[in-house]
Amino acid sequence: MQLTDKHREYWRRNLRLTGTLLAIWFAVTFLVVWYARDLADISFLDFPLPFWIGAQGALIVYVMLVRHYARRMNELDEEYGVAEDGR
Amino acid sequence: MPRVFFSRIKKYYSFYTGGFVMFVLALAVAEYMGLPDQWIGWTFMAATVALYAGIGIMSRTADVTEYYVAGRRVPAIFNGMATGADWMSAASFIGMAGTLYAKGYDGLAFVMGWTGGYVLVALLLAPYLRKFGQFTIPDFMGARYGGHTARSIAVLGTLLASFTYVTAQIYGVGIITSRFLGISFEVGVFVGLAGLLVCSFLGGMRAVTWTQVAQYIILIIAYLMPVVFMSYQVTNVPVPQLVYGAVLENVTAREDEIMADPAQASAREAYQARADHLAKQIAALEAVHNPIAAEEITQLKRDREIAEAKARPLNHHAEPFPGQTEAERDIARLNFIALTFCLMVGTASLPHVLIRFYTTPSVREARESVFWSLFFIFLLYFTAPAYAVFAKYEVYTNLVGTSIVELPGWVASWAKLGLVMVEDINRDGILQLAELTLNPDVIVLATPEIAGLPYVVAGLVAAGGLAAALSTADGLLLTIANALSHDVYYQMIDRQASTTRRLAVSKGLLLLVALIAAWVASMKPDTILSMVAWAFSIAASCFFPALVLGIFWKRATKQGAVAGMLVGLGLTLFYLIGVKYFDMTKWFGITDVSAGIFGIPAGFMVILLVSLFTPAPDRETQNMVESVRYPSLKI
Repeated sequence: MQLTDKHREYWRRNLRLTGTLLAIWFAVTFLVVWYARDLADISFLDFPLPFWIGAQGALIVYVMLVRHYARRMNELDEEYGVAEDGR
Repeated sequence: MPRVFFSRIKKYYSFYTGGFVMFVLALAVAEYMGLPDQWIGWTFMAATVALYAGIGIMSRTADVTEYYVAGRRVPAIFNGMATGADWMSAASFIGMAGTLYAKGYDGLAFVMGWTGGYVLVALLLAPYLRKFGQFTIPDFMGARYGGHTARSIAVLGTLLASFTYVTAQIYGVGIITSRFLGISFEVGVFVGLAGLLVCSFLGGMRAVTWTQVAQYIILIIAYLMPVVFMSYQVTNVPVPQLVYGAVLENVTAREDEIMADPAQASAREAYQARADHLAKQIAALEAVHNPIAAEEITQLKRDREIAEAKARPLNHHAEPFPGQTEAERDIARLNFIALTFCLMVGTASLPHVLIRFYTTPSVREARESVFWSLFFIFLLYFTAPAYAVFAKYEVYTNLVGTSIVELPGWVASWAKLGLVMVEDINRDGILQLAELTLNPDVIVLATPEIAGLPYVVAGLVAAGGLAAALSTADGLLLTIANALSHDVYYQMIDRQASTTRRLAVSKGLLLLVALIAAWVASMKPDTILSMVAWAFSIAASCFFPALVLGIFWKRATKQGAVAGMLVGLGLTLFYLIGVKYFDMTKWFGITDVSAGIFGIPAGFMVILLVSLFTPAPDRETQNMVESVRYPSLKI
């Protein structure tokens, strides 16, 4: 089985997308937690900001990240002709 | 054909949801007409378990693909619901809001950990495992890292992680059934066991999938309903997730009042005096070096810790990492981060979750299915912090400061079960906050009564908790039984075994594992949450590095993976057991539940190093890795 350049480019784009989304995942989780005490005085929708991010904001971001990945990868599959046939 | 199947399933479950709502309303009417509480409890349990049994029997199968992966035709959205139910355990349903109540901000590690892990599942594992398309996680290890060694370690990891977890679920079932059916805990455990086996025994993954979808619908309705009512009562807005910020502000103000109140301070001082007294007793006993007194000393130490906790000043609910000193706060922050990390990576490594993504029809649907899974899980986890804040508001404003003889009825009814305790330590006849002990589990279970809702809602919550525990336990049992029957029996012992024989072995093992788990649970070991949290560190350090590098790094070798899995798992177990049972000094102050924070990086390092010093994998293995990366590629 021989991989074409097209295959390699598809994989590179997949890796880039995965890396970007993971960076967002990391920032919204660990960076916010690390600086939680410094952000505690900021108020957002009646909540202290770090509490809101931990209880709601981060969760919303996670859902959006996964949604975006699924959409984008399904598009890339078509674009590079590596989608499964049939269904 | 798949589209016809999808619309048929959709029709079934819409009817089912409507039917369930009608059933609850009918019971509400019956209660209004005078049906006793006990009967409502029994009706709920009997009706839901009968329903699961019905689905289980209808889905019976003798086909291997149907039995192990539900025929690989579960549409993304339904696999999402099934994963949600599979995922959300007794700990999530009953324990989480209580943990958040007790820990405030610091409890959010669970909320973030148990949702954020799905980002890792989606990005790093689910689509690739679906493309690989076998039956179990050890299957992947066996194919990628050739031979039985990697497969055997993966089986061991599966057993270790899933068994502690399944025991915790059966324990949860025992608590719920004993409370709502008025039977003893031990009997409750075995009643629950019967409920489990009817779902999974005849139909394997196919039956478990379709009962899990049904269980998800019940558990989410049951979880949302009481808190929606409570939100409406307190704020006139029935969307708790949006409005609890304002309630949290009230709670914070009330916390300041409680701290300033001299009566509250006197109660705390009384507990401090008790702690000091206990400390003296302990010192006196330790001075004699009497081995018989060892047990007594442990008990006294536990009492002292409880008294000391009550003597401590109150922390604000939303305050991150409270502590007396800066160093203490930094350790709390480090532990929060470590726990979140372990829970996330653990989520992405627990075999019973990962095998759910073998059941979708395609890679495309596997990706979408992770989104639906996370969305359905999100609905519950997004609500849990609101539950905690509303409960806290209720306790701080309507309970603390009232006369002890006039406490509301729910306090007495849960006190009978030992889940609520009231002690008038300063003898002023008024309840101070320090004098009230709430078991975390009581927050969700008692909310309907706290909000003054009819008993039907309490029954609904119990049915929801039961659904959460049963669905998770079923997924886990199946995972354990499949690892033993498919990976050990079929792959390693008898490759010629007939289909009938393979399924018979699988079912026999399922029964055996279920019985052992129930027996262990009936001895009531440790608390649910800490046992579940162990499973995450164990699974994470055993599987995650080998799975991710197996997909993303072609150079990862068999020797590297085997060494990495052993070192990761070994280090985690060493730390966990050392800290928990042998008073080992903590590294950087990290608690035992986050043991994976050492095991996971160790696993990655070892795989990297050993792989570089061993010969690269053969062409065939490299082809396999490539085929996993491109949905259309065939080997």
